[in-house]
Amino acid sequence: MGLFILRRSGVMIITALCLTFIVFFLTNLYPNLEKLAKTEGNFRMSDEAVASWLDKNGYGQPIAIKYGQWLGVVPGWTREGEDGITGRCIDGTATAEIAAQAPRYCGILQGDWGYSTRFKTDVGEIIETRLGNTGYLMMWVLILMVPSALIIGVLAGMREGSALDRSLSTVSIMTTATPEYVSGVIFIAVFASSTVGLKWFKGTATAAMENPTFENFFLPVLTIALYGMGYIARMTRASMTEVMTAQYIRTARLKGVSFGNIVLKHALRNALIAPFTVIMLQFPWLLNGVVIVESLFNYKGFGWALVEAASNNDIELLLAVSVVSVVVVLLTQLISDIGYVFLNPRIRIA
Amino acid sequence: MDPLTWTGSLAFINPIFLIALVLLAASILLWMGVSILTAGTRHVANADGTMTLAGNPQAMASLGVRTTFFAVAVLALAYVLLGLTLGSGAGIIGAMSRQLLPTWAALVILFGLSISFKRRLGLYGKLFDSPIGMIGFALVMFWVFTGVFAAMDLIATHDPLAQLSGMKNKVPGTPVRGAEAGDYAWYLLGGDNLARDVFSRMVKGAWEVLKYAPLATLFAFMVGITLGLPAGYYGGRLDTVLSFLANLILAFPVILMFYLLVTPEIVATGLPQYMAVVLFAFPLIFCGVLIHSRFRTQPSKNKLWLAVVLVPMALLYLSLVNAPGSKIDFWPLDFFDVPGGVLVVFVSVVFVNSPTVFRIVRGLTMDIKSRDYVAAAQTRGERPWYIMLWEILPNVRGPLIVDFCLRIGYTTILLGTLGFFGLGLPPESPDWGSTINDGRKLLQIYLHPALPPAVALMSLVLGLNLLADGLREESLKD
Repeated sequence: MGLFILRRSGVMIITALCLTFIVFFLTNLYPNLEKLAKTEGNFRMSDEAVASWLDKNGYGQPIAIKYGQWLGVVPGWTREGEDGITGRCIDGTATAEIAAQAPRYCGILQGDWGYSTRFKTDVGEIIETRLGNTGYLMMWVLILMVPSALIIGVLAGMREGSALDRSLSTVSIMTTATPEYVSGVIFIAVFASSTVGLKWFKGTATAAMENPTFENFFLPVLTIALYGMGYIARMTRASMTEVMTAQYIRTARLKGVSFGNIVLKHALRNALIAPFTVIMLQFPWLLNGVVIVESLFNYKGFGWALVEAASNNDIELLLAVSVVSVVVVLLTQLISDIGYVFLNPRIRIA
Repeated sequence: MDPLTWTGSLAFINPIFLIALVLLAASILLWMGVSILTAGTRHVANADGTMTLAGNPQAMASLGVRTTFFAVAVLALAYVLLGLTLGSGAGIIGAMSRQLLPTWAALVILFGLSISFKRRLGLYGKLFDSPIGMIGFALVMFWVFTGVFAAMDLIATHDPLAQLSGMKNKVPGTPVRGAEAGDYAWYLLGGDNLARDVFSRMVKGAWEVLKYAPLATLFAFMVGITLGLPAGYYGGRLDTVLSFLANLILAFPVILMFYLLVTPEIVATGLPQYMAVVLFAFPLIFCGVLIHSRFRTQPSKNKLWLAVVLVPMALLYLSLVNAPGSKIDFWPLDFFDVPGGVLVVFVSVVFVNSPTVFRIVRGLTMDIKSRDYVAAAQTRGERPWYIMLWEILPNVRGPLIVDFCLRIGYTTILLGTLGFFGLGLPPESPDWGSTINDGRKLLQIYLHPALPPAVALMSLVLGLNLLADGLREESLKD
């Protein structure tokens, strides 16, 4: 088991390195750097001016070295100018004495996430606050989504082909067929529109960042939860119907155990193994939904930061965002693998 | 011209329709409740040795659901049929129904032919045994026909890009100000914030989706199959490497990938074009290997088939990746040019979809390769690629067809997501995602620009899901 976790973690680290390198490579392609130089400096810069700006700010180095510096395994660049020393690990221009005291390495391994050119602050700070907002959103999404999906799936799967099964299955197919940007629009139209709607909820969640209430926070939560719910419910249903046809359920029935007891005490535990992995593997898609819903409801969280970073080519912020999302995705995959082994005694891993 | 109401002279049906809808909802709830509390129908053995099904509350509830559903369906059909005859006299619904006449005609012909010949049509024919599958197929074909006829300019009432003065954000059914004799006199579903006709944009948007989604899914399947078969069949190091790459792409947040690939700066470097060179080569490889592995022992036939299939495909491939004025510009025989943005969208959708297909094909292959017929083919001395493409692939077609339907729906959602973020497709494009994005800014005040494309997208994806469900059900029966 220990070896298994170790191997999985190793693969995970390699994956994370590969993915961040891809993002690093794409954001550091020359046209992107040129755009960055022009937005930071001056839009009328000549090609030579762009090249010298990039050189002065450390973007002119080979990509592998830049990646190493960002990661924190290669010493940060320094450069002596007329009025002092500039460098990756030095704020602004400094004299030689101050520059000598600055750390040699400053990458994400040292906890230095860099500086956001879009928000003009430290990336670490942005990620922290935005991730906090999104974490709160996700918490409520999971609280709403997981129990209701499991209940729908179990109810539908306990009597295959019954009226309950057919109607609940139709509902879950409908929710999987409705992406967030469609259901969000429909919800706003029905519940929040100021002209024809019911006006039960607020159409934006901007206020929910300071003061989340049922009124301003329920619609975004519901929008994300619904899309994932249908899929989990269908998986739960499939797993439940499979368990309900197993031999030991038939034995329990023949013994005269009541139907409620069969479902709750015999079938449920085995039926919930498969949905557990499915829920964990839903995280990449939830992340997708978060980006859409945060733009739709104007909730300034992690997804909003991603959109802002990507549309302004804010390299360091974009890298941080991708590191966080890749780590979340890979961690949930790891948890789902390990959890599956724990939950399912039939699987043995040396 | 007077503004149109929703149902016009058919308004007398509305209360009946509403009552039928309420009854349907009530009977479904009752049906569900009864099914929790009571058991299903019982078999009763009669004295003369026959069996009968005993009726019970559940059967009665289900009868109630069927009756009310029938009533709702008949009334909905009445709106459509009376609308066809009355046209704009029957309000917006009637006028839309009249505009959609080619779609209705094509649907009736298709269903009539398919149902009368369903026993000779294999899996496709069996689809018409399952009500779910039929509903799904009807929804999908409705949008397919609407898209095709809209592309032939049979359905749209106005130019989807034309902005008419005074029609900005107007409600559905508003008459067009100063319409000439030949023009259509109303904006059936109102005008959007640039005074364009919402109805025309919606039906034109159907064509935008149909142009890209099925083709992108097909390409993703070619890539997934060509790589997944050897990975599953050989296993070992090849499998490890390919699976690692697939997991790498799958772990990447889709939206981040789109943002990275679709920006104009990246397009200027030619990276999407290089990806297109690689990804679009897979159909060529697939078809080449498919033919060669079959006719390897008959060289003359082999050459003929390879030439017939590969030469046109290669020409298409080269004109697809070759675009004058870009990084890849060497091929003189360029038949058509794909606009840069569209190519990027296409490439990224294929790129995102193919790892999932790869994993499915790989899993199925690993399952099938231990079967006896594969062992028999190996003993006969068949080559590995023959076994993969002509023994294994035909036997996994069931799950693959089902997944193909689901994946078209998923691709539609992805394309909509791209449109929603304003990535790739030209900003004026009437595709549903962009239209929803345009409409959402004023959503609190004006609902009508965003709602029709949202409902359209939902119904198409729902149709594809139901179709996949019906196919799965029917293919499991044999």
